[in-house]
Amino acid sequence: MASNIRIISRLDIKGPNLIKGIHLEGLRKLGDPNQFAKEYYEQGIDEIIYLDIVASLYERSSLLSIVRRTTQDVFIPITVGGGIRSVDDAREILRVGADKVAVNTAAVKRPELVHEISQKFGAQCMVLSIEAKRTAPGKWEVYYDNGREKTGVDVLEWAQRGCELGAGEILLTSVDMEGTGRGFDCELTSAVSRLVPIPVIASGGLGTVDDFEQVVKVGQADAVAVAGALHYKKLNVWDIRNEALRRGIHVRKEVPCQQ
Amino acid sequence: MPTVTVIDYGIGNLMSVARAFEHCGASIELTDDPRKVEEADYLVLPGVGAFADGMAGLAERGLIDSIKAFADKERPFLGICLGMQMMLDESEEFGANDGLGLIPGKVVAIPSTGSDGTPHKIPHIGWNEITAPECTSWGNTILHDTLDRTPFYFVHSFSAVPEYQHHRLADCLYNGALISAAIRNNNMYGCQFHPEKSGKAGLQIIQSFLSKV
Repeated sequence: MASNIRIISRLDIKGPNLIKGIHLEGLRKLGDPNQFAKEYYEQGIDEIIYLDIVASLYERSSLLSIVRRTTQDVFIPITVGGGIRSVDDAREILRVGADKVAVNTAAVKRPELVHEISQKFGAQCMVLSIEAKRTAPGKWEVYYDNGREKTGVDVLEWAQRGCELGAGEILLTSVDMEGTGRGFDCELTSAVSRLVPIPVIASGGLGTVDDFEQVVKVGQADAVAVAGALHYKKLNVWDIRNEALRRGIHVRKEVPCQQ
Repeated sequence: MPTVTVIDYGIGNLMSVARAFEHCGASIELTDDPRKVEEADYLVLPGVGAFADGMAGLAERGLIDSIKAFADKERPFLGICLGMQMMLDESEEFGANDGLGLIPGKVVAIPSTGSDGTPHKIPHIGWNEITAPECTSWGNTILHDTLDRTPFYFVHSFSAVPEYQHHRLADCLYNGALISAAIRNNNMYGCQFHPEKSGKAGLQIIQSFLSKV
């Protein structure tokens, strides 16, 4: 069989707090990210993504401490992004226990960074984070700084380029749908997923299990990021997993073990 | 408390491996000292990234002979991901490269299409179910307490192909392409998946490894 579709919890971080916005703006503090991560791990989430949405140098220490604490009792893959501008920044994040780094703004400004990180730590470590905003039917533009800054770069061209530079995965966020809970931009996900030979994580818009089903079946996502729906307890990981299985989507089946 | 020696050869993230073993009650010694590697009670070779870089990292530190010397003592050894791949004779990743030769066989690229000819995503990333190859029992191995078809976390573009069937401990299928998920030669084990990143099922394998003497 194929690899199972991964269910990933995305935790946006500001300073020491988990936060959530709409269209990546209008941020609300939700609490201690470690507690949320631990809870999702217990519920059987497949992976965790931390994105520091401010990522100033000043606040870097709190991100590092969140990651360090998480890896003490959460034994699944952890991706960390936000403010990674160099190979040294990536190394620092990996050293505290992250498995992959997600790079967005710095890659837009200097695409060679994708190649450098991939060369140094392996493609499996290098997640290219793309913020996409729809500009016309079937056209999307790359944004950065949480959907505030436009680049004039076409999303499909950038995805292709990132792939050639050595990205191992793409985290694809629809700025239009993010935080709305009204479903994914499946057309966007599908356009990127069919274009690139590497896995695509769809992000932005999940409100119900129907949205999950759509983005897998129509959007051809390889993995699905869930944020607000979990944070606000509209859904839990079991709901998504069991309902996905019932609908014939391959997700990880939990098998009993003694641990 | 068993002391597990984890080889630190300048590649990848050792922290998650160390944390998972500690969680299972081991104390961890990270080292690149050939003498400590040779005299370890339990030896773990983790690793992500490129095969040639991994072997170069071991060679620069004079670790290749000490790993082989350790292996001769029949103490528990676990190679994870690239660490497992390096246990074989050679890899075809970016040209031919020699491995440690602990288990006969080679490392090849995962086929770019599934068994039906449809292209699939490389790297193979995600949770995939492992099964015992025909005529293979998991009794008295590190998979002793693992149920057939338990999913584990994989992330790799290359795959080990042991020369002999009896060294295959577990397989998985990626769109029909056969992938060697775990290999074994006496007390030497290799996992292509990441037990330290596979939740409770992965911790259970680490526990089983730690109960090997």
